[in-house]
Amino acid sequence: MNTNALLSGGPLSAEIGQLFWIFVGIAAAVYVVVLAFLVVSLRRREGARAAPPDSPAARHAVRAIGIAVGLTTVILVVLALSDFFANRVIAATPENPLRVRVTAHQWWWEIEYVDADPTRRVRTANELHLPVGRPVQLEMTADDVIHSFWAPELNGKKDLLPGYTTRLTLVAARAGDYTAECAEFCGFQHANMRVAIVAHDPQDFARWYDAQLTPAAEPVSPELQRGRDVLLGSTCVMCHNITGTDASGVTGPDLTHLASRRWIAAGALPNDAARLAAWISDPQGIKPGTHMPATRLDADDLAVLTHYLTSLR
Amino acid sequence: MSSRCPELVVLALSLLALGGCEREQRRFSEPGGSTVTVTTPLSDIRAGGVAVATPVKAPYDDNAYAISEGQRLFQWFNCAGCHATGGGGAIGPALTDDVWIYGKAPDQIFSTIVQGRPNGMPAFGARIPNQQVWQLVSYVRSLSGELPKTVSPSRADAMYFGKPPAEREPVTQPVQP
Repeated sequence: MNTNALLSGGPLSAEIGQLFWIFVGIAAAVYVVVLAFLVVSLRRREGARAAPPDSPAARHAVRAIGIAVGLTTVILVVLALSDFFANRVIAATPENPLRVRVTAHQWWWEIEYVDADPTRRVRTANELHLPVGRPVQLEMTADDVIHSFWAPELNGKKDLLPGYTTRLTLVAARAGDYTAECAEFCGFQHANMRVAIVAHDPQDFARWYDAQLTPAAEPVSPELQRGRDVLLGSTCVMCHNITGTDASGVTGPDLTHLASRRWIAAGALPNDAARLAAWISDPQGIKPGTHMPATRLDADDLAVLTHYLTSLR
Repeated sequence: MSSRCPELVVLALSLLALGGCEREQRRFSEPGGSTVTVTTPLSDIRAGGVAVATPVKAPYDDNAYAISEGQRLFQWFNCAGCHATGGGGAIGPALTDDVWIYGKAPDQIFSTIVQGRPNGMPAFGARIPNQQVWQLVSYVRSLSGELPKTVSPSRADAMYFGKPPAEREPVTQPVQP
């Protein structure tokens, strides 16, 4: 989960990294030069007098000041231009991007892959899969308050505003795992609001995408069947959707392929059966303030429910 | 007076501030009161004419946080689908007026949500945890001015005209002949 803004995972963050080093390099050089002049002036002989006007020394000093002002202007223009060109690359509208709609909620991320064909739309949560090399355009908005999406290894921050769409492009240069976090304070669980980003080779991405399009696996054993019955008879269905069942809530994360995800509760816990059971029975103990209420089930029902949920690959 | 006893003024102000504690308390995890049983009376008419039920106090009637949670759940659970955003009524009855088909007491509204009612109100008993039902009960009561303005949500999430919901007078419906 460690992220490093200077470890670039793609061309856009490389641009930001480059800009960072240009600024740091120039600022460091200016700092050294200014300090050098300070040291020189401090070491001047005591009692040295200012040169009288119109003397060659005074004219020399005026010329030195002129050169310093000119140099400063050039440096500022260079910084402004490098900033401008870096921004042009980052903000450019990509050609043929993969479009993904991102909606931030308190405190999780809704991810929806846009496709002209409605049967090819994928809806998931807290996990963003990307094909390596292809630009991905995030069309982002917020459901409740202002959030901010920041995947430091892929691009800069961008705010998500209720009722307004902002766009951010991500390009991953190599396959691997990245993380995005909410970078704008948004309430109690702002700190537990992450997106696991997984960059795949294009073939692997297509395989993942097709798997996400399928409805939830039908129960193949009586135990799984009971688990699904517990789920459909409990409070889960008011908020969660599981495609292929009667659970069709839209206000909580989609659970159709819950077991394929790395984390639960937007990065608060690793996704395994024991933690899932703990999360269902006491979400407020794990993530105080979350909108998920505790579900009171007896141990047996909780076990079959967890068994069913972990079968949703 | 105030210049003579500043301590009294400070004390009075601190006591006043204490009153705000309950209003702002955010209790995330609690069972949220008892489950109301089928014995909750739904009207004032009863055999013998003697009221026996003791009124049940809603746990969140003086808690602003819980009531605004109720406002959110009213949208999330699609109560607004029939009762309209803000409870003005559509194919379901209005909740902003002074007409209560099945009673306006907290336990009566609770059992209406949990048990459902004829002609369309579904039973949410197994679907909504008690704590959230009580949040909805207090929000519904706030819509028609049953709760003090100090705890009612003063701002709706949807667009509205005129006064904020908590400051509107409850609509009085003409009595049906």
